[in-house]
Order: sequence, then C-alpha cells, then structure tokens
Amino acid sequence: MSADPPVSTIGLRWLEGLTGSAGILDLPPRTVRVADVPLGPEVARFIAVVPDPDNRFPRARAGEVGLDEALGLAREVRRTIAEDARRRPRAIIALVDVTSQAYGRREELLGIHLAGAAAVDAYASARLAGHPLVALLVGKAISGGFLTHGYQASRILALDSPEVLVHAMSKQAAARVTRRTVEELEQLGERVAPMAYDVRSYAKLGLLHRLIAGVNAAAPAPQDFERVRAELIAAVAAARAGARDLSTRLSSVAAQTGRAASIAVRSRLAEQWDAP
Amino acid sequence: MERLTFTYPAREAVARRVHVGVVGSGDLEVLLEPSADSDAHVAVTTSVDGFGTVWKHVLDRFFSRFEGAAAIEINDFGATPGVVLLRLEQAAEALRA
Amino acid sequence: MSSTPEGERFLARRSFIELNARERARALLDPGTFRELAGPFDRLKSPWLPLQGVVAQADDGVVIARGSIDGESAVVASIEGAYQGGSVGEVSGAKLAGALELALRDCERGRAVRPVLLLETGGVRLQEANLGLAAIAEVHAAIVALRRHVPVVAVVAGMVGCFGGMSLAAALCSHLIVTRQARLGMNGPEVIEQEAGLAELDAADRALIWALMGGEQRQATGFADVLVEDDSDAIAAQVRRAFAAPAPAPRSEQVEGLIARLAGIDGERPPEPAALRALWGRGT
Repeated sequence: MSADPPVSTIGLRWLEGLTGSAGILDLPPRTVRVADVPLGPEVARFIAVVPDPDNRFPRARAGEVGLDEALGLAREVRRTIAEDARRRPRAIIALVDVTSQAYGRREELLGIHLAGAAAVDAYASARLAGHPLVALLVGKAISGGFLTHGYQASRILALDSPEVLVHAMSKQAAARVTRRTVEELEQLGERVAPMAYDVRSYAKLGLLHRLIAGVNAAAPAPQDFERVRAELIAAVAAARAGARDLSTRLSSVAAQTGRAASIAVRSRLAEQWDAP
Repeated sequence: MERLTFTYPAREAVARRVHVGVVGSGDLEVLLEPSADSDAHVAVTTSVDGFGTVWKHVLDRFFSRFEGAAAIEINDFGATPGVVLLRLEQAAEALRA
Repeated sequence: MSSTPEGERFLARRSFIELNARERARALLDPGTFRELAGPFDRLKSPWLPLQGVVAQADDGVVIARGSIDGESAVVASIEGAYQGGSVGEVSGAKLAGALELALRDCERGRAVRPVLLLETGGVRLQEANLGLAAIAEVHAAIVALRRHVPVVAVVAGMVGCFGGMSLAAALCSHLIVTRQARLGMNGPEVIEQEAGLAELDAADRALIWALMGGEQRQATGFADVLVEDDSDAIAAQVRRAFAAPAPAPRSEQVEGLIARLAGIDGERPPEPAALRALWGRGT
C-alpha cells in the first residue's frame, strides 16, 4: 500500500506562468483562482482549482474539488457569461490539476453532488452560450474533480508529462477499493486501455484535442509557457469555429478505434430511433 | 470465465425471440431466438469455471421437455442449477405466451 | 381482515423497487407503447469486461425504451442496478448519452421528446474507468442542452441509489423524484469510510446513511422535488405530473442561493441531518 502523494502545486504554477501573478483576481474562495489575460488577439479567463490547507472544510484541503470549490467555479463561470452577455463571449481556459472530489460526511450531508452539478451546469451553459471552453490538463484530472472542472470543454489539451493522470479514481483509492496493489492496477491499465492512468494511454481514447509533447509539467521553462499559449490560442480558435457540443470526442481519428463501441451504440440507437 | 456450447435435436420451429433475467450475482440472463438450422444450440458464458458437467445435466433436463429449434445464449454470474432451470423455464413460458 | 380504503390501497400497491430496469421503463410509459432500442439481441456488449473475467450482459445494464407519456413522445433510459451495481461503462454510458442526444436532436427539429432517467447506479464502472467517466460527462452535457427544450425527469428509487458522477446528473435534472428507500450522494459510504476513516463515516450504520443521503432527507432539504411511495402507479403518476407542470428553474442553476445557504454553515461543526431540514427545508 503506497502513501498518498503530497499536495500538488502544478496548477498554481501554470496559472502564474501563463498569466503572470499580477493578473490573478482576489476573489473568494482562495481555492478557485481566476485571471483575465490576453491570449493572442483576445482576453481569456483562466480558472484553476488550487489547494488551501486552511480551507473551511477539512476534507478539501489538498486540492480536491469540495463544496466551496464547486460553487466557486459555478459562480465565476456564470459571472463570465453575464459579463459577456452583450459582447463576444470570451474564451474560458480551465487549468486542470485536481486530485478528485472531496470525500467526507459533511460534503455528502451538504450536497456536494449538487455543488458539483452547479459547476458542470455553469461550464456547459458557457459553452452553449458561445464561450470557447478549453481544458488544459497540467496535472491530475480525476473523477468528480475533472467532471466539475474541465470535462465540459469543447477542446481538451494535455501536457505529455508523467504528472498528468486521468482516471475515475485515484490510484491509491482504487487500489484500496479493489484490494490490489498500485503496481497491479498499472499493469491492468496496460491490458485494458480505459483503465490506464497515464496521459499517453488516455490520448488513444480519442478524447484529447492535442497532446503537447516536450513540456515538463512540474518544472516548466519560460519557453514552455509560450509554447502552450500558442496551443491554447489555436484551440480557442478551433472551439470558436466549431460546434458548441462535445462531438469532437467521437469524431477524432483516435476515437474511431479508441471509442469504437461508443460510436457503434449511437449509430444503432439512431437507426432504431424512429419506429419502422 | 468459461464458454461452453451444446447442441440438442429439436422437433418444432421457434417463432420469435424472448429474453429473461439479469446477470446479477447468483443469476443469469437467457436470450432465446430461432435457430439457424433445425437443431437447438446453447452458448453459455459463465463466471464460474469447471462446471461443464453440471451445465450439461441442467440442459439435458430442460431439453427433455423443450422441443424448439432455439438458439439460446446464456450469460451466467454463478447461478445455482435450480436458478438456471428456472430462467430457462421462464424463457420457454415467455415463448408460449 | 376488514377492507378499508387504506388497506385496499396497500394490497393494490405494486413495488417499483422490485421491478428490473426493463419492467421499470415499461411501467412509466403509456400501456402498449414500450419499444426497446439497442436491446439484448443487438448484443452491444462491453468490450472491456471479458478481458477481466467478468461476464458481459447483452444490454450492458441499460435499457433504452421509446414510447409515449400522456400521449407525448418519450424516451426512458433505465439503469439495471443488479448488473455490476448499475455502474456506467463505455456501452451503457453511450446508451444513456446517445439517447439523450437523439432526444435533443428531435427537440431542436421541433419534435419534442420527453426524457426520463431511471438512476440506479454506483457511478463509473471502475473496470472501464476513463470511458465510463467520459460518457458521464457527455450525459451531463446532454441534460443541460435538453433542459432548454423540455423538462428532464429523473427517478431514484433504490435499492442501489444514485452515486458518483451520476449523482451530478440527477442534480442537473429539471425534476427529481425519490422514494424513502433511495439514496443520493456523490461518494458511496464505503468509499468515504475507506478514504476518511471510520470516525468520518461508518458505512455499516444504515440509519446514519439514510439520515445523511436518504430520499426523505434529500427531499426535506431541497435536493429532490418529490418524495413518493414505492408504488409503480404512484411513480408513473409523478412522472406524468412533472411533464404536465411548468418546468421550474433547475436547482443546479441557483448558484447564489446555494452559496448563501452554505455560507452559514460552520465547516468544523456542521449541523445534524435533522437540524439541516429546519435550516434548508421548505416547511410542510
């Protein structure tokens, strides 16, 4: 049984590197950081969820998306929609490095599932309103954390870096729940593609717009930020020109094999949808 | 996980297809439809290995009364012989309904 | 035994919980209109479970049925809780999302379709992890888009309940109907106990679990719209009523209200479940 990893600072480092610390707005909660920064020809709103060891709820002090984080995301995204109601909707960039949702009794009592839904609703609504919504995976993108922050994006980009992990449950928690070792889970991921954690395996599923190679997530250099900014500019342009839904996750080249069953099911449903 | 197949002679055609059951713990599902030829064929996928003989006995018993040329698919999650027979009888009953 | 109206109603009661997913879908559609799509004989099975020695169910644990509700075109997506805990994998998730996407397409073309979700699920199927999670994100997207055209109605009846990423789907719906036996929460009690310890939550304490996340508590604290008896006819009537009434503003849009009511809560000493009803309840 391996210990849980230390709290991650990757998300905050990328927010500061991409936007400059001076651009980060001073809004509660401290765990949801927002910055409005020029990105190519326009200004984009960057949003990151970061750890706070003094968080109000003890079970959300290590970078998890808890009650306040989910509602903070919902508020910030809805504020963005309202501010842009009469002008061109600006791009929203979700910087993703989230360990998971918060696991706790008070979280359940107080309705973290609805707080999470509020964040999902806000992001989806922004996308439907024409905001180019782009997610950049710089660290962990796990379970409810990713569902509420990033997974409603019309384009998902990821750094090709060992710190970037995508899954439905953290390795440690999944190992405990399935009573396996982390090593056994990793081996399983080599045989069963959707069970892998690493971003290169994830890329094969066809859900990613771009896998950005040659960039170190944990120790980025100045030219890495410039490189990623260029990728974001291109992704925003693609999102703005494209459909306001998640359809690229099924039409990508990789998805034709990586999500073949997902495509076949939809095809069969469509064939049978209207009575013969 | 094991796959087993069986063939039985049949005396009458099967007119339609029926489905019963759920692949829950201790349970199974049965898909029954007209056979492609004049025999009955059974394909079993089971989570419990090594019970081929038991499956044969259960199916022998079922086909001693069931005469349809059916293609039967069974997906089993550890059901007892009694439950298997029950589900097969339910499928036969649904066919008659 | 004397025959009273209450006695007759009790005897006439037919449990919805005891029905399997297919029977539940049939129970909610107008009689004679049930028509299943991508059913067992289409054999759209999990590509991933057999690799791990798990027997694949022919419909992958989700029933999609078209029909009508009060004469209006409808689609019911019903999760089979008895198969792998109702967990969402690639195929079952594609059936859920795909059905909602087709309903959306029809609505956008001026042909309204009434969507109903019967949620009996532990969330993502761990054996299909990333494909299950991705499908749930697509379910979320479809619900938010569909809600603009038509109420999206969900039922959580039990005994599996609705957990994981699918609990967010329930919270996104326009109208949520629950029974007392239902549970609705983001994380299952076992996982909370495992991750946070026995002192945080004892998963074996059934009274505590239902006090925290049971149907009655959820309805009394504003997380569900209607609390209904475990009776097939009563649930079908509530579903019909949900479509007949004007759609309320979805709870997942009420961000300032949610923030305000959470603001008064002490993170270190939160209220007991009963006290939360007084704080957040609608009154009776």
